[in-house]
Amino acid sequence: MHSSVITFPGSNCDRDMHVALKKFGFKNKMVWHDDAELPKSDLVVLPGGFSYGDYLRCGSMASKSKIMKSVINFAQGGGKVMGICNGFQILVESGLLPGVLLRNKYLEFICKNIFVKVNNRDNSYFKDVKKEIFKFHIAHNEGNYFCSNDQIKQINDHNQVALFYSDENGNVTEKDNPNGSLQNIAGVFNKEKNVLGMMPHPERMIDPALSGEDGSIFFENLINNLK
Amino acid sequence: MIVNEQLAIDHGLKKDEYKKICDLLKRVPNITELGIFSAMWNEHCSYKSSRFHLKNLPTKGENVIQGPGENAGVIDIGDDDAIVFKIESHNHPSFIEPYQGAATGVGGIMRDVFTMGARPIANLNSIHFGSPQHKKTKNLLRGVVHGIGGYSNCMGVPTIAGQTSFDESYNGNILVNAMTLGLVKKNKIFYSKAAGLGKPVIYVGSKTGRDGIHGASMASASFDDKIEEKKPTVQVGDPFTEKLLLEACLELMAGDSIIAIQDMGAAGLTSSSIEMASKGNLGIEINLNKVPCREANMTPYEIMLSESQERMLIVLEKGKEDMAQKIFIKWNLDFAVIGKTTKSKKIELYFDKQKVADIPVDTLVENSPMYDRKWKKAKLPKKIKIEKEIFKTLKIKNILNKILSNPNVCSKEWIWEQYDHTVMGDTIQKPGGDAGVVRVHGTNKAVAASVDSSAVYCWAHPLNGGKQIVCESWRNLISVGAKPIAITNCLNFGSPENEENMGEFVECVQGLGEASAYLDYPVVSGNVSFYNQTKDIGIKPTPVIGGVGLIKDYKNMVTMDLKEADNLLLVVGKTEGHLDQSLFARDILNEKNGPPPEINLFNEKNNGETILKLIDKKLIKAAHDVSLGGIITALSKMCIKGKKGVTIKKRNYLINKFEYLFGEDQGRYIIEISKNDLENVTNILQENSVHFDELGIINENDLIIDDKTKVSIDDLIKSHTTWLTNYMSK
Repeated sequence: MHSSVITFPGSNCDRDMHVALKKFGFKNKMVWHDDAELPKSDLVVLPGGFSYGDYLRCGSMASKSKIMKSVINFAQGGGKVMGICNGFQILVESGLLPGVLLRNKYLEFICKNIFVKVNNRDNSYFKDVKKEIFKFHIAHNEGNYFCSNDQIKQINDHNQVALFYSDENGNVTEKDNPNGSLQNIAGVFNKEKNVLGMMPHPERMIDPALSGEDGSIFFENLINNLK
Repeated sequence: MIVNEQLAIDHGLKKDEYKKICDLLKRVPNITELGIFSAMWNEHCSYKSSRFHLKNLPTKGENVIQGPGENAGVIDIGDDDAIVFKIESHNHPSFIEPYQGAATGVGGIMRDVFTMGARPIANLNSIHFGSPQHKKTKNLLRGVVHGIGGYSNCMGVPTIAGQTSFDESYNGNILVNAMTLGLVKKNKIFYSKAAGLGKPVIYVGSKTGRDGIHGASMASASFDDKIEEKKPTVQVGDPFTEKLLLEACLELMAGDSIIAIQDMGAAGLTSSSIEMASKGNLGIEINLNKVPCREANMTPYEIMLSESQERMLIVLEKGKEDMAQKIFIKWNLDFAVIGKTTKSKKIELYFDKQKVADIPVDTLVENSPMYDRKWKKAKLPKKIKIEKEIFKTLKIKNILNKILSNPNVCSKEWIWEQYDHTVMGDTIQKPGGDAGVVRVHGTNKAVAASVDSSAVYCWAHPLNGGKQIVCESWRNLISVGAKPIAITNCLNFGSPENEENMGEFVECVQGLGEASAYLDYPVVSGNVSFYNQTKDIGIKPTPVIGGVGLIKDYKNMVTMDLKEADNLLLVVGKTEGHLDQSLFARDILNEKNGPPPEINLFNEKNNGETILKLIDKKLIKAAHDVSLGGIITALSKMCIKGKKGVTIKKRNYLINKFEYLFGEDQGRYIIEISKNDLENVTNILQENSVHFDELGIINENDLIIDDKTKVSIDDLIKSHTTWLTNYMSK
């Protein structure tokens, strides 16, 4: 399986994602934002970080990078594109995913372990995954998902929510919503489910010495589904 | 502008210093030259009051690759790997403008580390605020935390540990000390010593603006009522540019074109160019018209004294300019050849085809003032007499609740959850433990780091206090299973012109020197911050120690959370019940006098080394050092972290129960061991002549102190975790 991780100026989880993809069997290439063409890829990942320093709006300037034209074409042709954290912000700014990511409700950066519940398994990312509730890690200042009434209706009608913030038993409640996201949304798909954006960082949970191994379960399942 | 004595005094120079400048130059300096002298000769850059004493610190050791004098210290961690690290203060700017002050403090220290070729892998910070009741404290705390997070999160470097304290002596002068560790291959370390003649001098990074002019001079003066007017001297940070600068510099450093590199920190282009020339025993000629400027019509004076952030100065091999320029263009950064190295041994500056400065380098560096200031020796205070009757009126449960929710003991989660502490994917011990630990990427090794200070002890008796912090730092590293290697220090004091403050400095330095020599725990880098003083009142002396240690196999790392019911707990080290200057004496009995606990360096070293032996043999399940708040506080934290209880063993106290539980004797650890290992562990402790007591046995639910006193884990957690969150949300 071939993957590509895009490095924008200010990306800082690009290496972590590279390490994770390699660990679970991907042949990964790092791609510079100013390149025009994507290498042959089964999966393209937009990593976390502060592309363009989060200036203007998070993800806004990166969504206009040269490489993003190719990424958008690739996604529109059914290619799998995953955006984590700042990558998610870039995907909504580029129009590949609906909605926006506002500043966290309490106006503070949050870095901690949280639980998310998988909502939709009918896609390459979560099909056959062994777990329903994942312990993941979040680290963001702008993860407060929001969209219009029409958009949320569409999202729910097409079952586009990928992950909800929940407690460890999978109850989706306001107290387990770390950032004020609409309906506790932690990740969404496009209608076709080939594009996924999520705030949590599975790449930080790939080793028993770290906070946990739920990221390993996610990546192992992902590569199996793409084969 | 006419330069005269008054103008020199306005620049923070003393009369005799101005006279010395005129004598050295054999003429009156022009305004640009006066600016350069004032920047190089202020306390912050010249260490004129501290050099005389700092030279006595132990700085050598078998693992030391580079001691003080470079951008940061460097230690050997085996194989081809080295760790570059340093701590630095940004106190004055953070009080004036907390967000930018703290942010640029973090940015500056990371630049010091990657200037040497190392990729930053961990940040730490030690921050100190006034009384929580003081009207400025909340906003300063919020601003500083946002600033630290804003910068380090954007850089993608995890903040793995820290320290926060509150004390009314910081009401008018907060402290913000930032520390960075970087990883480098031993044969790829870069230094600031220029070499070779006619080599191009290159400016890279951000453009130069008018921000931060005289920042270093501001940091070398006490505060007064007009401090708000100093806002323009605070630098403005841009972490995004620094991230690009980091990547561009590391890309250029992968080749072999750099002769010397120096970041533009305090005193900007002035100190960076002069340091490179001075170390290389060369001259440097700069055409100031070539310096990329953000604003129009900047004068030579402004260009030389600007402290705009995210800039570097490089001496490059000739002919490599185009190759280097390509890298900086790729990262959207400025790149300009602004001058060359010369044999003149002078700093020669040109602007609009005129020579605007011509100063021999040695007059600025070797001939800079050095003072052996007057200082007063501190007496060891008399021990206080606590009436035993008073203990009868006290309830342990209430006191424990008060201590766990004390601002200086309570959980700092509200702070560290705002710092990205897991980026880079190698953080194996998060903030909230004895030390932060990160793996050395791609290896089995891990590096542990901790920051510590005990201003109360240092205030009560500077010599003992100085020793104590080094020991506490050493203990924190031991507690996670790391072998302590070396330290960096940030020495925060009041005015050196006040004999008492100067005495505190001298004796703290002496104490920390003694302890670091005895423990073979040398000082490899550091920073002095004087004039933490508003009008006539200085802060409590606050030397901060940043310690770094190595864990050879990260799987042997130890954490403090209690692991399993029925396991046993031992207190390693002797408990004598020293209450003077303890949290218990100060905050419960309201007794602020008396000496701090004594330091026995032999026991300290022996106890620590024996703990490491036990860890090596995998006999320790959890460990935590005993410090502020004594045994019961340390034990409560272990319970909270592991969500387990402890039944404390009934004992015939030779000392009062309160003295046993709340005393702050040094050199102690609490360790968890399996029942089956008891004999083995006690044998090893006895063979090494280490004193220990059996403390208790782990249970699932409650901390049971005696027949009458039982506290549930939930209550412990509540006491420990609510104060700061409540305080900040009001």
